[in-house]
Amino acid sequence: MTLERNRDFGDYVPAPDDDLVICRCEEVTKGEIRQAVRDGMFNVHEVRRLLRCGMGLCQGRTCAKLVKAIIARELNLPAPSLLDATARAPMRPVEMKVFANEKGL
Amino acid sequence: MSETSDVLIIGAGAIGSAAAYYLAKRKISVTVLEKSEYIGNGGSSRNGGGVRQSGRHSAELPLAMYGVKNLWPNLSQELGLEVEYCQGGNLRLGKTEAHLKILQGLTANCVAGGLDMRMIDYREAKEICPYLSEEVIGASWCPTDGHANPLLTTLAFYRAARKLGARYVSGAEVDKLVKNKGRVTKAITADGTEYEFGQAIVVAGYDSGKILATVGLEVPMMPLLMEILVTEDAPRMFTQMLGTAMADFYGHQSTHGSFVFGGTHGFEPYAEYGETKLTSVGASSTCRGIIGYFPVLSDLKIVRTWSGWIDDCADHIPVMGNPKETPGLTIGCAFSGHGFGISPVAGLLLAQLATGQETALDVSRFSYDRFRAKV
Repeated sequence: MTLERNRDFGDYVPAPDDDLVICRCEEVTKGEIRQAVRDGMFNVHEVRRLLRCGMGLCQGRTCAKLVKAIIARELNLPAPSLLDATARAPMRPVEMKVFANEKGL
Repeated sequence: MSETSDVLIIGAGAIGSAAAYYLAKRKISVTVLEKSEYIGNGGSSRNGGGVRQSGRHSAELPLAMYGVKNLWPNLSQELGLEVEYCQGGNLRLGKTEAHLKILQGLTANCVAGGLDMRMIDYREAKEICPYLSEEVIGASWCPTDGHANPLLTTLAFYRAARKLGARYVSGAEVDKLVKNKGRVTKAITADGTEYEFGQAIVVAGYDSGKILATVGLEVPMMPLLMEILVTEDAPRMFTQMLGTAMADFYGHQSTHGSFVFGGTHGFEPYAEYGETKLTSVGASSTCRGIIGYFPVLSDLKIVRTWSGWIDDCADHIPVMGNPKETPGLTIGCAFSGHGFGISPVAGLLLAQLATGQETALDVSRFSYDRFRAKV
């Protein structure tokens, strides 16, 4: 979908819960996510690359929905219109020695 | 519908956005078109983060050295975003006499180009990085190399260019370029929108090829699949960029503690170009490479793997310049897997090329017409 990225958000209006930690693994707050959107990060992928929310040990299993909802609200879009971040293998963290082993168990 | 700007940039990666930033800073009107829904979704966000001068081709070395001397040290401050540039040096490791021969060749080539780089023995390498396997017998060492965060660098250029007024449109795939009276004057996107320009810069990675073909230009490059993995956070262990003579792995420890490693396994050219994908051998092969040099990391957990496409040129150095066949057009592609480290300087040079300025460095060795058929 074609998206013009130069939009005026007006002045930032601080919210009382801007200090709320949304991504617990990487300690990213709601205010940081809101600010990132206004800086031009218009989807879950770009916000994740900028702030690391969803890049920690749980890979976003806890916060993905919350992050998406905050971005959508800032863009004035329904949350389902935003795509989820790409899920990356492995499904659970796996030791390097396990990956490296090609001899079987 | 038709829209006009002084310079149209096709591709919003690290280099395209760097060019947009340097142009916008000079108050030139810039429009950047990005095929993907996401900024920097190609090689720019999918590389190992090396800011490396050592091991560069003699044509590329002056660009890498210029960037390390003039652009990288102040980049975070200039762009207003921390890009995690860390000048921890580059260790390229060898385990056999044959490896050392390769490293000596790379070192001699770079020393001839004026780079501070030398061969060191196991003892000295171990002093620099205490976690090395005892199988290592020597290394090349370049103290002024380092690494940065590619995701942040790309987004920092985008963010800064956008703040300076550069117009960005994502989800806008260019179908073709159009010539008018011998000059390339507009690009037409898949939805039929026409973007007119004084000059265009095509900096779209491997996809540059099909765009350039619409005005009769052919760049000899092929797509290579490159796979990367990242580990859980670990306490700070080392600051160097690491590599090996055999290129079986490369990588670094990032600012927040994860290790980011890439590697080659030999099957890179055989993946079918399109969506990025992972092979069944990539991560395993890279893990064996890493553990072979850093056994201490073998219990560290991998949290993510991903891949990207490299636009590998026939002679493995980029194409940058204004082809004489196509006035109105500047090319910057075929960075061959080592574009990120030189992305700020490449953006600067492309901005200069696109506006007829004298370039900060000689770019004649990257010219489009350097390629010759075998017979």
